[in-house]
Amino acid sequence: MTKTRRPLRPRWFAVASLFAFALIGASASRAADAPVIPDTLQQRIAACTSCHGVHGEGTPGSGYFPRLAGKPAAYLARQLQDFQNGLRKYAPMEYTVRQLPPAYLREIAEYFAAQQVPYSRSPLPPVSAAALQRGEELIGKGDPIRRIPACSSCHGSQLTGVEPSTPGLVGLPYDYLSAQLGSWRTHTRSTVAPDCMATVASRLSPADITAVAAALASRELPADTHAQPAGSVTPPLACGVLGATGDDS
Amino acid sequence: MKALRWLLLAVVLLIVALLAWWWFGGGHAPTPRSASKVSAATLADPQRIAQGRYLAIVGDCAGCHTAQGGAPLAGGRVIVTPFGDIPAPNITPDRETGLGDWSFEDFWQALHVGKGRHGELLYPAFPYTSYTHVSRDDALAMFAWLQSLPPVHQPDGQSSLAFPYSVRNSLKAWRALYFREGGFTPDPARSAEWNRGAYLVQGLGHCNECHAARDSLGGTPADVHLTGGQIPVQNWYAPDLGTRRHGGLEGWSAQDIVALLKTGQSAKGAAFGPMAAVVSGSTQHMSDADLHAIASYLQSLPPRAAAAEQPVLFDAKVLTEQGGKVYTQHCAECHGKRGEGVVGVYPPLDGNSSVTEPSGINATRMVLLGGFAPATTANPRPYSMPPFAQQLSDQEVAAVVTYLRRSWSNQASIVRAEQVRASRHTPVD
Repeated sequence: MTKTRRPLRPRWFAVASLFAFALIGASASRAADAPVIPDTLQQRIAACTSCHGVHGEGTPGSGYFPRLAGKPAAYLARQLQDFQNGLRKYAPMEYTVRQLPPAYLREIAEYFAAQQVPYSRSPLPPVSAAALQRGEELIGKGDPIRRIPACSSCHGSQLTGVEPSTPGLVGLPYDYLSAQLGSWRTHTRSTVAPDCMATVASRLSPADITAVAAALASRELPADTHAQPAGSVTPPLACGVLGATGDDS
Repeated sequence: MKALRWLLLAVVLLIVALLAWWWFGGGHAPTPRSASKVSAATLADPQRIAQGRYLAIVGDCAGCHTAQGGAPLAGGRVIVTPFGDIPAPNITPDRETGLGDWSFEDFWQALHVGKGRHGELLYPAFPYTSYTHVSRDDALAMFAWLQSLPPVHQPDGQSSLAFPYSVRNSLKAWRALYFREGGFTPDPARSAEWNRGAYLVQGLGHCNECHAARDSLGGTPADVHLTGGQIPVQNWYAPDLGTRRHGGLEGWSAQDIVALLKTGQSAKGAAFGPMAAVVSGSTQHMSDADLHAIASYLQSLPPRAAAAEQPVLFDAKVLTEQGGKVYTQHCAECHGKRGEGVVGVYPPLDGNSSVTEPSGINATRMVLLGGFAPATTANPRPYSMPPFAQQLSDQEVAAVVTYLRRSWSNQASIVRAEQVRASRHTPVD
């Protein structure tokens, strides 16, 4: 028995080493095959970009996923916080951001604020010339009788927003704008008190919402779409998001 | 004949009296703070308060007693159960709306026996079925910490339980079936570490409240321990926690368990859904010694019986092939062609207990919802997965989940489009 086995040993060794080489080869090809994941914020936030776009462009055609690109960073960070604490209601967003620490939310907000993406036109619903005129009136002058301030009094003379916390209103789809004004009225969108936009939205009639959203969505974009510098407007209402604590409405 | 009638009347009256006691009885007066055996100085001891703070994190009190965006521990989060909604109460020391007037004896009675201050039976949404194993010293430390918090005036919400659950004394029957007043008895044959782990898992950690199946009355039979189950209403599957043969965590090392609880992910998988909240709010803050103790206990859980052989269905092959295409297009880039994942970045899918758990609901909902891995001190900027609810049809989700569940070493049941449709309608909490 022993005699017959002995001569086999070198052969076994050869087979074993071949097998070992094959294994090394296999693991090398495995390594080459393995996903290579860049350590970038863009890669980390795939959960955000799959709906809002890699550069926060949103879905301009449908307006379903809002544009984030170029909105003021503090505004975006505030929205994420509002989703976290339930002031803004949208289950998928609440689910996605609910455990993220403030520093990470801020970093994500800054990423989208820094994106430069051209604005694109979105479809408008059929609205009358009178409605568009009413909308323009609300944008530029407001309605003093119903104590509705002009949009431009907070969102900037060119409606491109004001640093650090007031978003721009131009270049956004009609559907998005009217949906936001609607959700302020139904309290699915709110923010820290005093919630000045809730006050304004509650004073708008449904026809006003259509008018102002249509007028904003049909406006030509100014050459510079950046938000105005901080402190360049004096808001007519006390707003919690702007650091106010009282209520003068 | 007349005597018989009198006897019958007596029996009926006795039954009515018994029923009335069953229905209305059981209340008693609270222990006033002045009559408490625990002195104010005991409650004010800073070391005890610090210990209580840690233990309250281990027990994840804030997980239920803090509402979304609400003041810590002031209650208000609604616990949704198949029997109705139960708002978690305010446990800050507010005298009117919280525990401000409670003595330690009252608190102990709630934690250990599941009875409120006036002897009213507490709904087992409050997991006293587990907390009954918490030691008196630990309960005292938690009470001392709770009493040291700033009081928040916030009245408790109203529960919306259906009859007969709305009658607290209906719990007498429930308690007879599912609740045994406990206390942890160490096993001298085991190490101190194992005993600490068993104490934490069975008591404050209240792991069994999710990681065991509940029956139609919402109870868990006494002999069912950490064998996994679907969480009612939330509809996530909390896997079996056994690490031995056929266990839900088969092959997990102690280090894998510690890593998941501390960082939110391990080489074997990542926490998500309700467990992500548990890691974020509780386990990541636990000491390494306690995490190792938990791992040591879980590793001692007995091997499980093999799952019943799944009948091979005629459409499994077609479904799997379709799923393979979806996988290559949407998943392989991050999770790898062989479902191997990327250590510390994206979890493996091959051999992942959350992929292969019996129901298929976890993988289905992960594909639909996506989301971030838990954010922890060890992983403050987690990677995330895109939600596919908008991109993939029910059929495509069913196919890719079936593919995951039946590829590589995975051998779990198929998932059908109807199941995906049901998951789309599950509220996200």
